Amino acid sequence: MSATPDTWRKPPFIANPVIRWAVYLGALGYFLWVGATMPIDWNRVADGIGRAGRIFGGAFPPSFERSGLLIDGFLESLKIAILATTGGVLLSIPIAFMAARNVAPMPIYYLGRFVIIVARSFHPVIVAIIFVKAVGFGPFAGVLTLVVYSVGFVAKMLAERIEEIDFGQVEAMRAAGAPFFSTIFYAVFPQIMPRQIGLTIYQLDSNLRASAVVGIVGAGGIGATLANAFGRYDYDFALAITIVIVGVILISEGISGQIRKRIG
Amino acid sequence: MTSISEQFGREDWSRFSSRQKWQRFAIFAICALAIAWSITSIEVVWAWVWDAPGQMGDLFERMYPPDTTNIASILRVLWQTVNIATFATAFAVLMSLPVAYLAAQNTTPNRATLWLGRLILVTSRSVNTIIWALLFVAIFGPGVVAGIVAIMFRSIGFVGKLLGEAIEEIDKRPVEALEATGASRFKVIAYAIVPQVMPTFWAVAILRWDINLRESTVLGLVGAGGIGIILQGAIDTFNWPEAATVLLAILALVILGEVISAFLRRRIL
Amino acid sequence: MLKITDLVKRYGSGDPVLKNLDLTIEGESVVSIIGSSGAGKSTLLRCINRLVEPTSGSIELNGTELTSLRGRQLRAARRKIGMVFQGFNLVDRLTVMENVQSGRLGYLSTWAAIMRRYPKEDIRRAFELMERVGIAHYANTRADQLSGGERQRVGVVRALMQNPEILLADEPTASLDPKTSEQIMGLLRDLAGELKLPVLINIHNVAEAKEYTDRIVGMRYGRIIFDDAPARLDQDAMDRIYSGSPHADRSGDLRQAS
Repeated sequence: MSATPDTWRKPPFIANPVIRWAVYLGALGYFLWVGATMPIDWNRVADGIGRAGRIFGGAFPPSFERSGLLIDGFLESLKIAILATTGGVLLSIPIAFMAARNVAPMPIYYLGRFVIIVARSFHPVIVAIIFVKAVGFGPFAGVLTLVVYSVGFVAKMLAERIEEIDFGQVEAMRAAGAPFFSTIFYAVFPQIMPRQIGLTIYQLDSNLRASAVVGIVGAGGIGATLANAFGRYDYDFALAITIVIVGVILISEGISGQIRKRIG
Repeated sequence: MTSISEQFGREDWSRFSSRQKWQRFAIFAICALAIAWSITSIEVVWAWVWDAPGQMGDLFERMYPPDTTNIASILRVLWQTVNIATFATAFAVLMSLPVAYLAAQNTTPNRATLWLGRLILVTSRSVNTIIWALLFVAIFGPGVVAGIVAIMFRSIGFVGKLLGEAIEEIDKRPVEALEATGASRFKVIAYAIVPQVMPTFWAVAILRWDINLRESTVLGLVGAGGIGIILQGAIDTFNWPEAATVLLAILALVILGEVISAFLRRRIL
Repeated sequence: MLKITDLVKRYGSGDPVLKNLDLTIEGESVVSIIGSSGAGKSTLLRCINRLVEPTSGSIELNGTELTSLRGRQLRAARRKIGMVFQGFNLVDRLTVMENVQSGRLGYLSTWAAIMRRYPKEDIRRAFELMERVGIAHYANTRADQLSGGERQRVGVVRALMQNPEILLADEPTASLDPKTSEQIMGLLRDLAGELKLPVLINIHNVAEAKEYTDRIVGMRYGRIIFDDAPARLDQDAMDRIYSGSPHADRSGDLRQAS
């Protein structure tokens, strides 16, 4: 009988030692090398702590003097969000069908997927800059930006839902001789509606957050007010704006969570 | 013998009851009103709206063909953008561990720490990365530090919330068992809680890295480092072909990032 | 030796779940506790290692009073009490070896625990015990890949790794099929003899209790109403322990009190 072993090591996560050490050394090397060569002005950073103190001092207490401006900006953001969600969701429905493997023929499927990928890859701020240059400053650019943003998310989620539907229901309609659109309305829409509604509400919330930000590059909404405040060193106004933004986000998150729970 | 139609025939049917119809109508009316209000009161120069497709087309014409003369420096700065995202995500993920611990009902020491943890997470999540960037550019000046700290501050909330939820959802039974063996609190966490939370931890870290890759492309637009600076420069000088190159580079980066995160997710989980 | 005196456990202001219990367990015996659901078996067991806080009374293990301990002293006391659970309570994602070594966490330094650098004697003892119960070949396997019976064996080894002075088993076989159930009960009985360990087992299956234990304690609604050798557990005693309902007991108590 062999002696009882008295050593034990846990089997490592990456079994192959060559790969394991390559990963460890690679990660370590990356962080050390990049960390050392990053263009950081340490003096400026040290200064920063002092500046931070002054900024926070200037920011308290938050100033709601120009609340008219604040409210205007917020309302504009709200309108942008509403219109963008409407347009984005309406546009997402056909695009989602185009991007669903079980519904669309191959070339259309690739086109649909491509549109979604492009819509998702660019940060809304970048998209906003382009639209501002194309259609001018103001909320219209913001609406277009967030329509693209919405399509990127809603169409993708909807396409996934369409790919998961029970095809038997479509079969049954076809077997009964229903025309194409009737089939869609009777067999497909009822299956995707709950998800669609949930996505719409989620996207409205998401657009409200994003609309606060696209204003920074001139696409309308409270972001513009905020960027101005920072530019003019009006930190107390900036804090007031930020508090309002955070408050609105929390409220809308709460409301949308409640609604989605009710209908879910 | 009466026929079926005589016995059971009815000519009225509706899917929704009267009350439901009113509810659906009310919801529809509210949405329509909201949309109508938005359209009518938004400050839009409608002349420009009709002009928009033409303008967009004009813009795309100017972007074509993309100008690749500066591709070397574009790629260099793109690499810096990746580094900003990676470093910031790594730091944020580490820092979110104690916060998630505090924000989970089953691990937090007392109500005050629970409240503190949740406050940190909510503040962090609700302020957009760009807004954090504005703040940190004011504090640390333009440069990558502002960008890294901005992404860190936003990511802690995202990661911490999901981790906190994962901690609250663990199977409590091994925790009970290890407490019964007389192990200290720390060791109970290390053996009973951490292994259960690990898969979520990696999934969330990879997801946030993917999102941060996108976020870090725009930091430069407010001066916080990364490729946004080059993009802003190209746009300000109306150098549309170069802007097009930058945009394509960003597209390639984001797609590559998604491929890598999908790969990592499959391997680790 | 475990000596429980006048133990009371009350939740809120309702009727106590444990009513002035007295129980003494000498070393080296295997004692089973039987009774219908709600009789307080689980509560009794969990009061011993303070997973449940007793309301009043005394629990003494080999001279140490357990009810007044807290913090480090409580942890030190718990190290001496091993527990086996109905749901096995293993850490599913960890290997069997780690699960087994987690019984030693009270004795291990934090660094060694995190780095999984277990002392040689602990590893040797783990392999010996795993060999004894038949799971040594699973040392590197994740706990969630084992069958129910195998997982409970891991639980038993984990408890034994503590070198406990007493072993508590809370319905250890309730989640197992009859054959595996008998294997585990046999294992507990044999180990009690080999390691000279007192064992206290909560159990539903009276037949197994009679076969595998030396002494049967019957509880009914918070009180011990039978405490004798298995042979003496006749139909009459069984009726007293199991028949009736908590509601009837409650109204019976009220009538008695008034």
